[in-house]
Amino acid sequence: MGYLVPVAAVVAALLIGAVILLRLEADPVDALGVMMRGAFGSSNALMNTAIKATPLLFVGIGITIAFRANVINIGGEGQMVSGALLATTTALVIPELPAIVVLPTVLLAGIIGGAIWGAIPGALKAYYGVNEILSTIMLNVVAVQLMNFLLRGPLIDPAEIERGTRIPQTERLIDSADLPHLLGKLHIGPLVAVLFAVGAYLLMWRTPIGYRIRAVGLSQDAARYAGIEVRRTIVLAMTLSGAMAGLAGAVLVFGSESHRMVTDGSTAGFTGSAGFNGIVAALFGGLHALWTIPASFLFGGLLVGGLAMQRAVQVPSALILALNGLVVVFVVSSDRLRRRLLARDYTGRRAAPPSTNDPPGETSPAEAEANER
Amino acid sequence: MSDLFTQAVFIAMVASGVRLAVPLLIASLGEMFGQRSGVLNLGVDGIMLLGAFSGYYAVLRSGSVWYGLAFGTIIGLLLGIVSAVIAVTLKAEQGISGIGVYLFGLGMSDLLFQKLVGTPVPISSFPKVQLPLLSEIPLLGGMLFRHSLVVYLAFVAVPVSMWVLNRTTFGLNIRAVGQNPESADSLGVSVARVRYATVIIGGTLAGTAGAALAIDLGIFQQNLTNAAGFIAIALVYFGAWRPLGVMAGALLYGLVNAVVLQMKTLGIIPLAWSDIAAMVPAIITILALVVVAQRFRPPAALTKPFLRGT
Repeated sequence: MGYLVPVAAVVAALLIGAVILLRLEADPVDALGVMMRGAFGSSNALMNTAIKATPLLFVGIGITIAFRANVINIGGEGQMVSGALLATTTALVIPELPAIVVLPTVLLAGIIGGAIWGAIPGALKAYYGVNEILSTIMLNVVAVQLMNFLLRGPLIDPAEIERGTRIPQTERLIDSADLPHLLGKLHIGPLVAVLFAVGAYLLMWRTPIGYRIRAVGLSQDAARYAGIEVRRTIVLAMTLSGAMAGLAGAVLVFGSESHRMVTDGSTAGFTGSAGFNGIVAALFGGLHALWTIPASFLFGGLLVGGLAMQRAVQVPSALILALNGLVVVFVVSSDRLRRRLLARDYTGRRAAPPSTNDPPGETSPAEAEANER
Repeated sequence: MSDLFTQAVFIAMVASGVRLAVPLLIASLGEMFGQRSGVLNLGVDGIMLLGAFSGYYAVLRSGSVWYGLAFGTIIGLLLGIVSAVIAVTLKAEQGISGIGVYLFGLGMSDLLFQKLVGTPVPISSFPKVQLPLLSEIPLLGGMLFRHSLVVYLAFVAVPVSMWVLNRTTFGLNIRAVGQNPESADSLGVSVARVRYATVIIGGTLAGTAGAALAIDLGIFQQNLTNAAGFIAIALVYFGAWRPLGVMAGALLYGLVNAVVLQMKTLGIIPLAWSDIAAMVPAIITILALVVVAQRFRPPAALTKPFLRGT
């Protein structure tokens, strides 16, 4: 029973979506049909969905790591931007070498860019007791301004200055940094993301590192008593989480059709809100990297289908973002219900009230700080 | 550079900084009440966006800015009730449920705007009220006392918040519930009722802040707040959960933004460098978070749902 709660959350969100559609004088059945066909109805649609799901999956993988350590990383947007910026800069300065050298280098730059943007709030939380929710939010703000500065200034396409149009974008990046295509428009991004998801699963559930991260998330005190370096583990979890978001940003740039990095002045303009929607996918996947794969595919499909719906029945695709928000609200609001049902599934009887330390738990900075001392 | 320092320009710049601080100040004061009672509402930005659209739309339809402000406030109130149900009754993880409210507000306000308005139509803004005598004071008069009523009310809300928090039974209950809900509960204070009240105050003021922002700018667009709601949450920490501190943070943001705008208009710096300047408040906030984390304790029960008997 417990496993059905997230599904019920999506169904409830879709029902509310149907009511909104009715209020907007659109036929919900019609709209849903258009969405499903637009997202999953043809090989072209499936390719679009896989491409749209890729950043969600990368960010989602990072979320499963951070949230398991009881660190609420909502800086995915900024980490995507910083990863993309470092990857783009690298691609601009790297000489024209074979793709086999260039591609891993620029993707690694993306990983490093995101990792730095994740390590900062991780260290601030671990060593100074700074609430990571706030520091990641502020770093999102810093990242977007940094992106605007770099793309309007130092990294701008020289042709834009010559023409005087000054569109804030880089020149076309070198060919060897383009993601190879598997089939038509489908590049290797989704495949790489799935491989990383498997890797993250193995890391989290089959290695001592993953064990430490989960132990810290469940109880910092118990973890410390067991000899685990709690602070270092928190920084590590945030660094890995940021690294995955950074890779998402890099893949967005090198997999884009224009093969440039472009800004419209906002984070969402570059990320498509994947830094937040990846959280939705990870929550829907039960903070489990492997389940996050189908979850990302589903939410990627909703985003692609939303665009099809916008074209066919003139309902803005912003509806999908609103519904994603409802899914989050429903999933976390029913969390206690789900845990109770799961506990009953295992024991056949009513479980005790869930402990407040379950992941993703609720450690205030004061508590974390008090624990440290 | 000298253009920046002529007296008239300087007065106008400070005045616009004070004005720009207002939506942050209103939202942040509201959020402060929730946090003092132990509830971190991360959905402020989403509520602000819906308040902003509602306020804008009501002005567009009625022509009255006060009608718009009231409508945005009512929408904020309703969303505050929803947030309270999620955080208090359903005891959802506060760090995440607010992101859901944010995404809902971001998507919904954009959807409604595209469906009901389409192309941005400018609306009238709040009328300026020159306070008698005070507005004649040299320098200060032009900076502080030639604003709209909303600006004065927002700053009056600061001492009012101090009084409510520190001098009333309700304020005592808020602080008790935020510090030690078990003790408050054992003394007969309803933790749920106090938290409902504070979260609803927060939601209502977020709606007001959003409407004030949209009407002040005289326009609505997708993601109008540009994360102002998140900054408002950070300002509560920045101000160490105290109204005066929150006001200082809001003024810092407002003034830096005003300086950046002024520099852009006067063409003192190339456009790209203004992005660097716009980063400054965020970096100051991060540093302030470190200092506050060392020196002040957040309400002990912050983000912890209250479960009786645990």
